[in-house]
Amino acid sequence: MLSVVAKSMLTLSGMAALFGAILAIASKAFAVYRDPKVLAILEVLPGVNCGACGFPGCQGYAEAAVAAGEIPTACPPGGNDVAGRVAEILGTEAGEIMRKVAVVHCSAGISNSVQRLKYDGIEDCRAAMLVSGSAKACIFGCLSLGTCKTVCPFDAVELDQEGIVHIDRDLCTGCGKCVDACPINIMELVSIDMRVHIRCSNHDKGKAAKAVCEVSCIGCQLCVKKCPSDAISMDGNLAVIDYSKCTNCGVCAAVCPTNAIIDEVKARPKAVIGRGCVGNGKCKEVCPVKAIEGEPGERHEVIGTKCIGCGVCLSVCPTKSISMVGALGHQRGR
Amino acid sequence: MDLGQLFAIIIGAIFVSNFVLSRFLGLCPFVGVSKDPASALGMGMAVIFVMTMASLVTWFVYVFVLEPLGITYLRTIAFILVIATLVQFVEMVIEKTSPALHKSLGIYLPLITTNCAVLGVAVVNVDDFIIADLPKTASFIYTVVHGLSAGVGFTLALVLMASIRQRLQLGDVPKSMQGIPITFIVAGLMAIAFLGFSGLKI
Repeated sequence: MLSVVAKSMLTLSGMAALFGAILAIASKAFAVYRDPKVLAILEVLPGVNCGACGFPGCQGYAEAAVAAGEIPTACPPGGNDVAGRVAEILGTEAGEIMRKVAVVHCSAGISNSVQRLKYDGIEDCRAAMLVSGSAKACIFGCLSLGTCKTVCPFDAVELDQEGIVHIDRDLCTGCGKCVDACPINIMELVSIDMRVHIRCSNHDKGKAAKAVCEVSCIGCQLCVKKCPSDAISMDGNLAVIDYSKCTNCGVCAAVCPTNAIIDEVKARPKAVIGRGCVGNGKCKEVCPVKAIEGEPGERHEVIGTKCIGCGVCLSVCPTKSISMVGALGHQRGR
Repeated sequence: MDLGQLFAIIIGAIFVSNFVLSRFLGLCPFVGVSKDPASALGMGMAVIFVMTMASLVTWFVYVFVLEPLGITYLRTIAFILVIATLVQFVEMVIEKTSPALHKSLGIYLPLITTNCAVLGVAVVNVDDFIIADLPKTASFIYTVVHGLSAGVGFTLALVLMASIRQRLQLGDVPKSMQGIPITFIVAGLMAIAFLGFSGLKI
């Protein structure tokens, strides 16, 4: 008769060995083929499962990419770097992916807009919309309760003391969570190259808009008329930039009487007219901010304080004697 | 074996001695996977399945291996071995045979591998039905039914908790009580409520 110790040891090791064998056989018999490409892509992806690509998590994206044999949509948080590595695994070329960032179409704060009530409920724009709507008199504007900040997985959204939303362009990956969460739909994803935005969503007529907010679009259409590339159109009483046409020239921001258009380009170059000028006055005509002066037939001058560096004059000069000088150094053309 | 006894086992396992709220087993998933009712239900289904299977397999292991050899004191370690193997095995089979089921159940299965509620079911089975002087078929049927109803009881508690927590998100909870603390209080209140079932005479 075996001792209790021997029996216990034999039984348990026997069971362990048996179960181990069963699992070993099962792992062969029930092996599911996992595409090594899917695993490789999963390694490369950021792994935050944000869903910005439109697939259920990074796993879903990897499976879809392998099934399609090419990159289905961009991985916004990953950007070009990840796209390149995914393409390498798939053996295809990655197209250049335009990085997008979120933009808020409202710049109203506490002091530059009229408040119609004091909201004291749950600190969430969506909750406030259910109860009372915006605390601001403008029904189109930002609620300043920071739901976009709450949902941002990358800490790219900040609210200043005025309650104005600022997006950190370096941290924003363009995942679009804030755009989806905003209950009044004043956020938009735009290409990171775009630096001029209309920071107002008020569709009311000029007088009504001006009455509730100092920085509202009053529908004066100055920007529409002055835009050299026809990129601005009116949606009712609100100016809207067509980002496919916009060249970031900044003319609209310079002419806007209410500063509802923001120009984020920090240092713009200035136009300088060289000796080749024959004084035919074409540049004077096209300059949207009237920064060029001079008598016909004589060399024209650029007024440095007025020039916004839009570069419209460059293309019309018959003698190519206008050049741009500025932050980026001396350059000809744009 | 009679149907009255069976009914008593089912009601007992679901309400009177609910595994979560009166035996206080499986509290980890109870707090961890009770954020929204959908995933709570998924986890619950996985637990029902595993508890039933575990009851069935551990009955065989106990009656045909441990008892004849006289080493029943090893039941805890043996059951752990059996349950862990079982869950792993089931996961492999499901992944191969039914990818859809694996997608909805699969992520919860590894969580159950070492869940104390599952081990608890096996141990309670031994105490209540196997050691007790019952015919083999009766003890077998009671064991499996008890495993199934214990799983249902776990699911009930989990889904209730998830629903309450979902409503709590809209409530005005003081900052220091948000998250886990208020969950513990809710769990305590639910346990007190379930204590009322102990007066049931079946």
